[in-house]
Amino acid sequence: MRDLLESVPARRRRYVRLRDDPLRLGATEGRRARNRQQSRYHREHALSSLATILPVAAPGGGGGGFLPPSIADFFPPPVLFEGTFFEINRIQLVRFVVTIVLLTVFGLAARRATVVPGRLQNVIEMILAFVRTNVAEEILGKAKGPKYVSLLSTIFCAILAFNLASIIPGLNIAGTSLMGLPLLLAGWVFVMYLSAGIRALGLGGFLKNSLFPPGVPVFMYVLLTPIEFLTVFVIRPSTLAIRLMANMLAGHLMLVLCLSATQYLIVEAAPALKAFGALTFVSAIALTLFETFVAALQAYIFTVLTAVYLSLSIEEEH
Amino acid sequence: METTTLAAVTGNVATIGYGLAAVGPGIGMGILIGKTIEGIARQPEVAGQLRTTMFIGIGFVEVLALLGLITGFLFT
Repeated sequence: MRDLLESVPARRRRYVRLRDDPLRLGATEGRRARNRQQSRYHREHALSSLATILPVAAPGGGGGGFLPPSIADFFPPPVLFEGTFFEINRIQLVRFVVTIVLLTVFGLAARRATVVPGRLQNVIEMILAFVRTNVAEEILGKAKGPKYVSLLSTIFCAILAFNLASIIPGLNIAGTSLMGLPLLLAGWVFVMYLSAGIRALGLGGFLKNSLFPPGVPVFMYVLLTPIEFLTVFVIRPSTLAIRLMANMLAGHLMLVLCLSATQYLIVEAAPALKAFGALTFVSAIALTLFETFVAALQAYIFTVLTAVYLSLSIEEEH
Repeated sequence: METTTLAAVTGNVATIGYGLAAVGPGIGMGILIGKTIEGIARQPEVAGQLRTTMFIGIGFVEVLALLGLITGFLFT
């Protein structure tokens, strides 16, 4: 237990150092590569737009030049049912794959459940026990926690699975890196904490509890109530969704930047630059590991905040 | 009056927005995590509780930096 406690702050510190500037590591590499290319071939247009220069700047003419990742990567062309309402692009296909895998794994584990757990069942039970004890019971308490365990574990497992798709070769993009899925989950949480609060305290009690925090001088309510209203009805659900989406988006952009710089530097760039390709490749691997960590962490944070919001709305403040 | 352009930069000023947006949350997260470490060092028996609270706080602080990231994409 002790070494577990000590190991966590160290990991957190590393997390923060990197997370403070998610794009820096990749961006510096990319910029360095661009600058080198630019001074080599296009010294005369020193400050014109890099994005338009670089595809032209590739020497052999074989490849397409350096392709920096952009927001357009998240809106790929449709692959199925093009033109209809049900058109599906790559990201939605990834979501379907992840959903099927998730259901299959849990279905198998549940059907073959035994008293002495096997390997698969052991892992699943570990995840579910983690949500039960470390999230539900710790935040909501042993009395009220079990009621919401199913909600919390569904959210945790779903987000974890969709996030992990960002590092699985072949899928390579998180199902949560577009706004739709996080918005759906946040909307569900929103409805759940509102209904839980109304069921526990009544509509009036819930509004009074969340909009008029006790222990404040009456005239302060002029200032506090609008802020609390915004917090409860707008900021909580929207930040839940934005946090998850932006994290996965930033992670994907970082990975793509590193890997496409690697490809460009090793395959197309001048021989003197090839060594830098190794550097970006190593950082791509490091970022992949970091993304694994972020995937789990975001699932955890989303679940913890869901539990916190639930507990804020069902518990009467004194 | 005749003006002479000595240097010109093209591009979008939104590009530096994320750097600016990350400064505040960076400092905030540093304080947040440092204080949690301090708390755990003083009282290791409440480490679990402190860590959970820290993660909640990190969630709130982190979203500010991430808002900076997505507004960079939104307003270009």
